[in-house]
Amino acid sequence: MRFVLVAALLAPAILPVAAQAAVDIQEVTSPGGIRAWLVTEPSIPFTALEIRVRGGANLDREGRRGSVNLMMALLEEGSGGLDARAFQERREALGANFGFDAWDDAVSVSATLLSENRDEAVALLRQALVEPRFDEDAVERVRGQVLSIIAQNAQDPSEIASDAFMAEAFPDHPYGTSLNGTAESVAALTREDVVQAHRDAFARSRVYVGAVGDITAEELGRLLDELFAGLPEDGPPLPPKVEPAFDGGTAVIPFPTPQSVAIFGQRGLDRDDPDYFAAMILDNVLGGGGFESRLMDEVRERRGLTYGIGTSLVPRDYAALWMGSVASSNDTVAEAVALTRDIWADMAENGITQAELDAAKTYLTGEYPLRFDGNAEIASILVGMQMIGLPPSYVLDRNGYVEAVTLEDANRVARELMDPEALRFTVVGEPEGLEAAPEAPAP
Amino acid sequence: MTKLLGPAFAALALATPALAAEVTTGRLANGMEVVVIEDRRAPVVVHMVWYRTGSADEPPRVSGVAHLLEHLLFKATDDMEAGELSRVVAENGGTDNAFTSYDYTAYFQRVAADRLPLMMTMEADRMNDLALTPEDVETERQVVLEERASRTDSEPGALAREQMRAALFLNSRYGMPVIGWREEIEALSMPDVLAFYETFYSPNNATLVVAGDVDPEEVMRLAEETYGAIPAEPGLPERVRPQEPPQIAERRVLFDDPRVSQPYVLRSYVVPERDRGDQGAAAALAVLGEVLGGSSFTSVLARDLTFEADVALFTGAGYDGTSVDDATFSLSVVPRPGVTLAEAEAALDASLDRFLRDGVDPGQLDRIKAQLRASEVYALDSVEGLANRYGAALSVGLEVADVEAWPGLLQAVTAEDLLEAARRLDRDASVTMWVAASREGLQ
Repeated sequence: MRFVLVAALLAPAILPVAAQAAVDIQEVTSPGGIRAWLVTEPSIPFTALEIRVRGGANLDREGRRGSVNLMMALLEEGSGGLDARAFQERREALGANFGFDAWDDAVSVSATLLSENRDEAVALLRQALVEPRFDEDAVERVRGQVLSIIAQNAQDPSEIASDAFMAEAFPDHPYGTSLNGTAESVAALTREDVVQAHRDAFARSRVYVGAVGDITAEELGRLLDELFAGLPEDGPPLPPKVEPAFDGGTAVIPFPTPQSVAIFGQRGLDRDDPDYFAAMILDNVLGGGGFESRLMDEVRERRGLTYGIGTSLVPRDYAALWMGSVASSNDTVAEAVALTRDIWADMAENGITQAELDAAKTYLTGEYPLRFDGNAEIASILVGMQMIGLPPSYVLDRNGYVEAVTLEDANRVARELMDPEALRFTVVGEPEGLEAAPEAPAP
Repeated sequence: MTKLLGPAFAALALATPALAAEVTTGRLANGMEVVVIEDRRAPVVVHMVWYRTGSADEPPRVSGVAHLLEHLLFKATDDMEAGELSRVVAENGGTDNAFTSYDYTAYFQRVAADRLPLMMTMEADRMNDLALTPEDVETERQVVLEERASRTDSEPGALAREQMRAALFLNSRYGMPVIGWREEIEALSMPDVLAFYETFYSPNNATLVVAGDVDPEEVMRLAEETYGAIPAEPGLPERVRPQEPPQIAERRVLFDDPRVSQPYVLRSYVVPERDRGDQGAAAALAVLGEVLGGSSFTSVLARDLTFEADVALFTGAGYDGTSVDDATFSLSVVPRPGVTLAEAEAALDASLDRFLRDGVDPGQLDRIKAQLRASEVYALDSVEGLANRYGAALSVGLEVADVEAWPGLLQAVTAEDLLEAARRLDRDASVTMWVAASREGLQ
């Protein structure tokens, strides 16, 4: 593979939603009052269902980091009258797929259901969501798996770098620690903690649903009422907004590896900020646009210092970042970091050109409809839009917002938002010629 | 209009439960194969060119040349500047990339359907008219070395697999890494690259796959105009490669690296691949992979090593028979803390013995077949996935009829077929690898 988009590693649970595409979105309200967005697409006999519940791992109780993550991993491990293996056997016989995931800002349930047995598959999914067993042997088995993943991440330079970066940026917020928890916190979790996490993370009032496929609005309404009956109406308070702390400089975390990994970033923009589209264009020119970005062109194409460098805007529910990453051999990473700082500073001071603005607009507006290329993909977009408060018409209007950004807008936002003095680097490896900045030592 | 379609034009509907996609095949006068998959759900097209050449077609001493050339195909041609193709794709709102495997090298773009002619013009241009400079080779070799550092040298699991494959294949080039050995990448020269390009990048060595919102007749007409103008390569060698001799010894690989957080056992066997008109043995092996390790709950290994005994955190099995020469079948066990690798391997062997004694549980086989049928329905939702399926199969010598027969062959696998396939997993001709953080961990 020629290039793996590095920025994708940094993408948040939320989709970078943006506009235009020929999908006919229906807003559905079930008889029981659950709201959902639906695109009926009957040509293939299945339905993709994407459910997200706001809150996610942010709702871990004090001292119980990792409980929401462990809980979500246990939903496929038995419910109702079925233990883990019996539950899976039932799911397999129906040819249904269920995915249960924990993210910082939400938990998600992704399902594909064949039309031929949809009612039975929904009944099984309801059982997993509403009547999970959390059997002690399943808790122990999955705890062992999570601990293994935590141990693995502790040996992975990218994970070490992003954990340290986030810890610095968010010293007093759940964003500052991994949603997996630590070996200590996960070892201490009890079945009661898992039950509590389930009660906290699945509140009906925080549910968002996207459905795409071979299903009508009436059928979806009945499905939703069945699925969520029995879940609590409300959850515990959501976390407050937080301003990330960045004071520039470079942290170096020694780790024996031939190639260093650097995570870098600064403050970003909230998704509903009026300047968000200008920032999206800046990011595309800087490092979000694949081979055409300034960073890829200079650091990879001209100098051969890396296989990939990328940036992305990361607007989470409670904080906004602008992040990037690059990997380069220990003897060249200092040059890659210096170039990145120069390019960042240059864009802050001088902005982008009309040609770059035009190219970014063509790319962003052309790429948007290509995202709507499968039932599950569209369902996921529909949920993302609802969670950030966008109307269905946004799908048609979005490219207009991109087109409306002027060069003056873009370059004003570059001046106001881009802050080379605050741009923080966290480097993991054995980099040559990179000193940890005295003002912000490595953690 | 029909006479514009080329001498061997044929239209045939998919035999699968095809409701959204229809497949049409043809061949240009210069020998280039054409596959068109029509899916009108979204105004998008995937355009791919697959060369029937991969790393296993490389001559000795130049491992990695196929992959380096793949990178270099994004440099200048007589009509395009370096990077122009990707830039034009991006300016048209599309995405592009490429990948190299043992048996093929493929280039693709995803773009709005009305941009297809432009994609075909550019892709045809670089099939024959690449204009490389020594600087291109120099810089891109550095990028590839960084890629190797990222994807192999920084990943102990990838380094271990590389050693494992080298031990598994006694004579086949499948034992060499696709990206190449570092020392041989460093020595790759412009003449090495050009010799490879001039021999293998030819229409009579390529398959065009176009999938999405297109008219097959129009695609054939465009293909004649663009690719049809390129002469066939008369000196294209027959695809004759070093073959595996009978393997008569059990081999072991002991791999230790301090970055390994989680020890594991990996066992691989050389087994038959899918052959034209003869895919029965491969179908049985594919289903056997599902039976032994396809589910972490209900597979044979999960039952024996995770649920009935407390040996493994994770188990797995894998087989991919889409290859020119012999394929591999692999089994893996990640032991729980406190379980040694010797104990894990003994449990693996005991589980295989039990399977050979007891055979498959009929209920499990039924459920696996139900899931395979469901996955064919879900597969119709991804036009890119279908394009990959046909492109890969045709690049290893299979025909459209073989691709269409495959799902039915999987459904036809019997309990007796599975036992016969399992008897091919001959420990006396296998490689077993232990991976741990230290030599002590390998005791």
